Amino acid sequence: MTEPALLSVEDVSVDLPTPRGNLRAVDHVDLTVGAGRTLGIVGESGCGKTMLSRAILHLLPKKAKLSGRVMFDGQDLVRLDPERLRKLRGRSLAVVFQDPMTSLNPVLTIGTQLIETLQEHLELDGAAAKRRSAELLAAVGIPAPEQRLTQYPHQLSGGMRQRVAIAIALSCEPKLLIADEPTTALDVTIQAQILDLLAREQRRRHMAMIIITHDLGVVAGRTDEVAVMYAGRVVERAPTPLLFKNMHMPYTQALLAAIPRIDAAPHTPLPAISGRPPDPTRPLQGCSFAPRCRYATGLCHREKPALTPAESPEHRFACFHPILAPAGVGA
Amino acid sequence: MLGFVARRLLYLVPVLVAVSLLTFLIASLLPGDLAYVILGDQATPEKVAALRHDLGLDQPVWWRYLSWLGHVLEGDFGRSFRTGQTVLQAVAERLPVSLELMFFAEIAGLAIGVPVAIACAVRSGSAFDRFMTGSAFGMLSVPTFLSAILLIYLFAVELRWLPATGYVPFAEDPVANLRFMVLPALTLALAEWPGIMRVLRSDMIATLQEDYIALAKAKGLKASRILFVHALKPSSLTLITVTGINIGRLIGGALIVETIFALPGIGRLLVGAIYTRDLIILQGVVLFVAGGFVVMNFVVDMLYAVLDPRIRHGHA
Repeated sequence: MTEPALLSVEDVSVDLPTPRGNLRAVDHVDLTVGAGRTLGIVGESGCGKTMLSRAILHLLPKKAKLSGRVMFDGQDLVRLDPERLRKLRGRSLAVVFQDPMTSLNPVLTIGTQLIETLQEHLELDGAAAKRRSAELLAAVGIPAPEQRLTQYPHQLSGGMRQRVAIAIALSCEPKLLIADEPTTALDVTIQAQILDLLAREQRRRHMAMIIITHDLGVVAGRTDEVAVMYAGRVVERAPTPLLFKNMHMPYTQALLAAIPRIDAAPHTPLPAISGRPPDPTRPLQGCSFAPRCRYATGLCHREKPALTPAESPEHRFACFHPILAPAGVGA
Repeated sequence: MLGFVARRLLYLVPVLVAVSLLTFLIASLLPGDLAYVILGDQATPEKVAALRHDLGLDQPVWWRYLSWLGHVLEGDFGRSFRTGQTVLQAVAERLPVSLELMFFAEIAGLAIGVPVAIACAVRSGSAFDRFMTGSAFGMLSVPTFLSAILLIYLFAVELRWLPATGYVPFAEDPVANLRFMVLPALTLALAEWPGIMRVLRSDMIATLQEDYIALAKAKGLKASRILFVHALKPSSLTLITVTGINIGRLIGGALIVETIFALPGIGRLLVGAIYTRDLIILQGVVLFVAGGFVVMNFVVDMLYAVLDPRIRHGHA
């Protein structure tokens, strides 16, 4: 990447105090996203990917402790004063949350929730904001947009609500959109539609995007780069084609193997990753994946592998015993 | 929406019938014979029997209830045997006093409780929050007669800013009327803001955890808009219930406060009726108070629907 990155996450850690002790949700993460590029962050539940997205937006719970830098468009969001951060949010930095059932305010109309964002950031009068809201709804594929403006979220289906949430996110032409599991709460039939919508709007607006998901299948055709997270750390990071061609980290391979295959014989047991992620309040000395990894040796339990470059410098992984043969499914 | 209102109104009918039955039964279960109360201890048995017959007291209870209910439905709640005033006249005369007191007490209670609740919810767990929550709990345990006396001592006796007791109708002298209202309204407000504050605070804290509040922040909205538009409205349902119950209660007069401050409201009417065993007035006023409660609950239900579109559309 020659041009300076739009977003660069530098050595970011997030600590959450819990009754059982300190929980390190995000552990020294470095990431970059260039303007107009797409990054996929993949990992299972509890791996810290949502906390990372909240850290980028500076929307962490009050008690959370954040360290490191989040450089966005030349400014450090972590240290930016609240008023300037507020002007950035919704304007240049937008987000779509996982569950459209809870991310829209149930007591305000769709129109209110769209128009307030437009009027906050752009100098639009009421009529213009309303017109633009209807256009946005039409752009995300909502029929009869004028009518929808006066409706409440509960009058729309889940897929339609997520389209509304996307319209809100796109409303001020952001430079970066963070989509935090945008399809997890939706019917499978709707998922592809929403992802295609996001991809289309991204290309049209030359917007950078971070897609957070637990599904490697979601990022496969839709991202430029993928970062795999496990127990708060990035364990493998590579340009998407390179990752799928030659994954090195056993966890990445296991994640891929866990995707149900439509061509598998009926009643084939679903390959699952055995065991559970480690207790984040009791950090392991060695590699966090070692207890579940079939390649683990004594070294893995004693020392934490660093993120090291593979054959090409853009491909980095954290493993002492990388899989070197081209990855096949069915580990 | 119209169907929703009609359905709710229909629910009111059985409730009001039950309320009237209970009211009547309680009044007729009170010890002592109305005829003796009217005629005095010295009355001859013949006179008592004659009066009992005139009043219908020799009829069975169910018959007396039905005939009373029949009169009530015609708008005749009976009249006091002492003053000759009808129940309706007596209530109409006293009601403005109680309503005015209720109005100012609720305004003051909300004016203290709502801002404190919001400030505490935003900084939940802070020293300010703990102090205010503790104070609210303390205030909750102070009985109204105590705070009334303390307020009288401070503002009427020591500072001499306000009159301690008395009442002038608003139409006669608005300023004097308002001056008489300040202390009783404040007394009631002091008892009410802790409930308002605690209920709204905890609902608000829950609302502030919602995804849609996080999204409102991510949209770059101003803190004031997030608090007052996005968070306050969905947090107000329990607040509305509590306020509705308070209002319903105060429509029936504030017994203690009206007595201490010598305000001629419904509460004083009720106390007087009890002392003089004026059963007709008592029965009528209790029915009125209960009716006020039921109607207030109906209003609260309606406000729910106004606040939350999901209730309006029958989704919740």
